[in-house]
Amino acid sequence: MFGKLTIEALPFYSPIAAGGALVTVGGALLVAIVLTWLKAWKYLWTDWLTSVDHKRIGIMYVVLALIMLLRGFVDALMMRAQQAMALNSGGYLPPEHFDQIFSSHGTIMIFFMAMPFMTGLMNVIVPLQIGTRDVAFPWLNAVSLWLSAAGAALVMVSLVIGKFSTAGWTGYPPYSGIEYNPGVGVDYWIWAILISGVGSTMSGINFIVTILKRRAPGMTLMRMTPFVWTALVASVLMAFAFPAITVACGLLALDRLAGMHFFTNAHGGNMMNYVNLFWIWGHPEVYILILPAFGIFSEVVSTFSRKRLFGYESLVYATAAIGILSFTVWLHHFFTMGSSANVNAFFGVMTMIIAVPTGVKVFNWLLTMYRGRIEFHPSMMWSIGFIVTFVIGGMTGVLLAIPPADFLMHNTTFLVAHFHNMIIPGVLFGYLAGYMYWFPKAFGFAFNRGWGIGAFWCWIIGFYLAFMPLYLLGLKGMPRRMETYNDPTWQPYLLVAASGALVVLCGIGCMVMQLYVSVRDRAKTRDLTGDPFNGRTLEWSTSSPPPPYNFAVIPTVADREAFLEMKEKGIAYRRPAAYEPIRIPSNTPIGVILGAFGFVLGFAMVWHIWWLVLASGFVMFAAVIVRSSNDDQEFTMSASEVKAIEDQRYRQLGSRS
Amino acid sequence: MVDPKGPIALAERNLLFDAFCVMMIVVVPVIVLTLWFAWRYRASNTKAAYTPTWANSFKIDALTWLIPAVIVIAVAVLLWRSTHRLDPYRPLESKKPPIDVQVVAQDWKWLFIYPEQGIAVVNQLVFPAGRPVSLRITSDTVMNSFYVPQLAGQIYAMAGMQTRLQMLADQPGTFVGRNSQYSGGGYSQQHFEVKAMSQADFDAWVARAKQGGATLDATTYPALAARSRANPITYYSTVEPKLFDSIIDKYRHSGHAHSAPVRR
Repeated sequence: MFGKLTIEALPFYSPIAAGGALVTVGGALLVAIVLTWLKAWKYLWTDWLTSVDHKRIGIMYVVLALIMLLRGFVDALMMRAQQAMALNSGGYLPPEHFDQIFSSHGTIMIFFMAMPFMTGLMNVIVPLQIGTRDVAFPWLNAVSLWLSAAGAALVMVSLVIGKFSTAGWTGYPPYSGIEYNPGVGVDYWIWAILISGVGSTMSGINFIVTILKRRAPGMTLMRMTPFVWTALVASVLMAFAFPAITVACGLLALDRLAGMHFFTNAHGGNMMNYVNLFWIWGHPEVYILILPAFGIFSEVVSTFSRKRLFGYESLVYATAAIGILSFTVWLHHFFTMGSSANVNAFFGVMTMIIAVPTGVKVFNWLLTMYRGRIEFHPSMMWSIGFIVTFVIGGMTGVLLAIPPADFLMHNTTFLVAHFHNMIIPGVLFGYLAGYMYWFPKAFGFAFNRGWGIGAFWCWIIGFYLAFMPLYLLGLKGMPRRMETYNDPTWQPYLLVAASGALVVLCGIGCMVMQLYVSVRDRAKTRDLTGDPFNGRTLEWSTSSPPPPYNFAVIPTVADREAFLEMKEKGIAYRRPAAYEPIRIPSNTPIGVILGAFGFVLGFAMVWHIWWLVLASGFVMFAAVIVRSSNDDQEFTMSASEVKAIEDQRYRQLGSRS
Repeated sequence: MVDPKGPIALAERNLLFDAFCVMMIVVVPVIVLTLWFAWRYRASNTKAAYTPTWANSFKIDALTWLIPAVIVIAVAVLLWRSTHRLDPYRPLESKKPPIDVQVVAQDWKWLFIYPEQGIAVVNQLVFPAGRPVSLRITSDTVMNSFYVPQLAGQIYAMAGMQTRLQMLADQPGTFVGRNSQYSGGGYSQQHFEVKAMSQADFDAWVARAKQGGATLDATTYPALAARSRANPITYYSTVEPKLFDSIIDKYRHSGHAHSAPVRR
């Protein structure tokens, strides 16, 4: 009846595991109680969970990302604490628990923090910047969101029922195979990634079509904003790269479930086939994450330097070049496999070539700041901190791209420091810059700057404290993922690294305060114009938050900086003679239903509850059929309703001047 | 910092430092310029020049592509040559004959087999200083990575496959070797002692190891290969010939005959 699931799956085997489960269950209960107390269930269901509006879907993605950031960060704190303590001792975590934590940290931060954060920002902003009313496939967009949430929920549930994978976020076989890992942990990892990966692939397709087909008249490809360009290239990479990890995880699942031998030691299996497939996704994934961050930096640096972006064409070609090259370098993740010198040298050189377009981008941001009028908005602080720190990470990346140097540094904390140097100041700072830049657009009130600046300083100081010692430890030969160690010279570095994690904790505290203070003061800080930063691109031409239809009249674009040009020509904010009725996609519960049953399906696969697999699969199939048979998927907002909303907007604009 | 005690690790470390210095040509100016521009062109400094529409310059565009390209070409040449020179499969040039050692990664320990001497040791790798050591490496469990930071760098150990690594210690000394690829519960304690000694000391060490009496063959091997943590150094005075090959072959010839290609 319940497959492998028994009462033994509850985490009473260790007080720390039980504590983690308690916090998860308690947090979920607390949210439920608050929602009930606020009588907000109906509002949540009708206005958010069933919404197909790209702005709301985007906001829900970012909420998911921020929650998972907290979870992933708690994992990081626990690891740093363990390594700070564990000289010649077991520390406070047994190996089996430490291993789950580094596995969940990486899995969460990449798949359930960075991916939803990026997809969320793309959702909120891309349609606004290209002057359209929604993405090409609004319902598919909701399905993508809820499948990502289902994957994240599977990772969270593994805290309470059963255990998570101990195979690291990369899940290399044969360690992740059934012979060496008979528990449910790896299955949780596989199904979380398979289910959310389907969502990511569909997001990629959705945004490719949206950007190519839904741009406002006059917006040629070379008039698209840098963020839209990077979102387009990242979407192409998503559509092409995610199938590789879906296949890799799917074959691994067949090995584990059906006794097949794709990646096992024996019977003709070969683990390096998995490693190749994994990184054929994994390296483009790095660029999927960082290209949109580059786009955000380009927007932010230009806006807050009060200057046109320098070298737009160069930036576009650099973005496209990175997109193509990202598929040609995956082998640099395993130079130590024993390939011939020619193979290693080829992939090493290809890796270095990516440094060229990336370097071009850095120079372009610098030259945009040159002879500007720089305003130190928190988003600009993240950008400056990014440039300074990212070149260090880029440099260590080039070092690791030299195969013989990689023989020395691979699998050490030097590698750990390198990729955190790309992912934190590169990816995360970019998203946080975007989050603080577009927050007033999404919610219609200002985002507190003081706490934002505080968060920036804590994050960047914490980053240097946490990761510079890891570079040095790697040079001393400390492998990654050590639960205990016997070299006393390592401990001082690990203590500094742990203190860095605490400083980052303060940064997260600042982010919480920033949200609290901003929401508290929202009545005083309303954004009446929709354009708080003297913006240059179309998202600033509509109100904050934008109406459900984004633009009452689809704008006509005549310049790269479309909205700035309209303001300069005095044609911004012009009212049309009459409004037209607007077709808007209707809300539907099918997206959230698919997510919920996707979660059940994954859970049932993990625990081998076959009847539940069939039942939830059937519900999902039926839901898609029902949705596809329904031709009535839009409603019409009448011209008078549009006019009422727009009248309100112009009253606000008038009250300002 | 890593303190190399042999030509391979030294060359790898020097390569790291050389590339680091070349990269500094671009890293340092970028950091300085970023901070300087941020300060110089701050909004409150109204004396600084302000050109809000300046966004194109063919010459500067060309420079932004050329500068990184030149540096990358320089490092790429370094990379190509060094990758071939330091190929871990390439035998070291030396007047002295190399000593062969076969390495087997197990959960969670390392087995070193000396085919010429007919002995085997767990968790200790001993060899004469100044003589090249030619390692053949495999795994009898999940993927491991054989790593001696001060002498040789690292290479993966994979079941059913053989990888190779060369090393050489300039002087007698004791070093640490580890597994750097996470492999399960005993991974953190899976380190071994690496000892380089004079040829005379090495010969004496071999003679001592031969006196122990323990035998490693098809009957005693499975007990050793079973999971165990923090194993003490253990000597086997006789080893079944071809044991290493049989460990590889048991994965290669089981079931279907699809074997992975091997680079010898």
